[in-house]
Amino acid sequence: MYIRIMTPLKDEDVKKLKAGDHVLLSGIIYSARDAAHKRMQEALRKGQDLPINLKDQVIYYAGPCPARPGEIAGPYGPTTSGRMDKYAPEFIKLGLKGMIGKGERNSDVIEAMIADNAVYFAAIGGIGAYIAALIKSQEVVAYEELGAEALIKLEVEDFPLIVAIDSSGNNLYTTEPEKYTGRYSLLEDKADMGDD
Amino acid sequence: MREIDVKIICETVKQLFIDSNYNLCQDIRNKLNEYKDLEVSEIGKEILDKIIENADIAAKKQIAICQDTGMSVVFLEVGQEVCFIGGDINEAINMGVRKAYNEGFLRKSVVADPIERKNTGDNTPSVIHYNIVPGDKVKVQIMPKGFGSENMSRIKMLKPADGVEGIIDFVLETVGKAGPNPCPPIIIGVGIGGTFEKAALMAKRALLRPIDKRNSDSFYGQLEKELLKRINDLGIGPQGMGGITTALGVNIEAFATHIAGLPVAVNISCHASRHMEAVI
Repeated sequence: MYIRIMTPLKDEDVKKLKAGDHVLLSGIIYSARDAAHKRMQEALRKGQDLPINLKDQVIYYAGPCPARPGEIAGPYGPTTSGRMDKYAPEFIKLGLKGMIGKGERNSDVIEAMIADNAVYFAAIGGIGAYIAALIKSQEVVAYEELGAEALIKLEVEDFPLIVAIDSSGNNLYTTEPEKYTGRYSLLEDKADMGDD
Repeated sequence: MREIDVKIICETVKQLFIDSNYNLCQDIRNKLNEYKDLEVSEIGKEILDKIIENADIAAKKQIAICQDTGMSVVFLEVGQEVCFIGGDINEAINMGVRKAYNEGFLRKSVVADPIERKNTGDNTPSVIHYNIVPGDKVKVQIMPKGFGSENMSRIKMLKPADGVEGIIDFVLETVGKAGPNPCPPIIIGVGIGGTFEKAALMAKRALLRPIDKRNSDSFYGQLEKELLKRINDLGIGPQGMGGITTALGVNIEAFATHIAGLPVAVNISCHASRHMEAVI
């Protein structure tokens, strides 16, 4: 069962999302990864405005392949979110409501999410070709010289996501794996492990 | 002496990098299908389904499976009777990579300096490993290596007394710490023995072997099976969201080592473990 959600995210949308929920996200999101985050933080340090207003927005941790001619976007899957942990709490304070990526977040990020009602979605890592087809428009907003690492505005339609950490701090990465510990050995049929 | 024009190496490198980024290896595809049927987690099954669907889309549209088209790693096994002509072999390899990443619409993910971090714009330079062997052939093996999984790789200089249990513990600890970050289901290359750098290199080379082929030494073949079972018992599952499909394969390479040492390196690859080879 998918929950359909539109950006910008409303506080009540974020509040009702629970870890484990399957979401189809549509609307405008912004892709940014390591280098763009660093630039945005530097801008804030210098007292400058950010290239976008983060209020109620969603940042997608990703950097795409170039699009083939005639295509809107190239492969565009998520990158490891943990590398953006250093920057995320400050952005959440500025109103960022959603983050999309893959992998765990640290306690600083989770605390900021609880304090300011934000949600962390996991996209499936390694399905960039699949995700490319869900992108309806792509436009570089800032830091064009960073290539794939630029800040890019995307319009997505029905982007399949899983709520990995909700705004109460429930964390799928902590709760789920332990349910399956030791389960592989109990299977009657196991994977063919090949000949010696 | 057999003369080989480096232009042939350049074109081969280009083609291999494009093909491997577009087409998921058959051994990986087979394992994904097998585990999709075995997986007990609903989210896990759904994720494996989407990974397979993604591979179909990439192959059909001839686009990259994953946007992290990697840093280019090239292994060149050069027959000692071969003489390269027509230019610098290193430059020819880098030219092949440059062409592949530009003409193949692949992402340029390499920065010139690890601290300054300015993108080189063409995914070069490559990491190139040469090996001289008997004969007059050249074997080109390539691997576009994504860094979500590379970042989760580790090396440890164990004590000889740590033995096999020490190796197993270190591999399990590495996979456990990596959790969802390297895009499970993963493939694990393990290098045991040698020196510090030899262990790391063996771990990387181990990833070149198809995952349905066990180490020809039955001790290490068994250890691969034992490790795979114990890794899949961790429960991490597809994308770290729980399940029995944490790894699709474990490949070990081993080498002689010093009386005082037991180096172990663990190189992790994501499910989009891309590698290809050609013999010239």
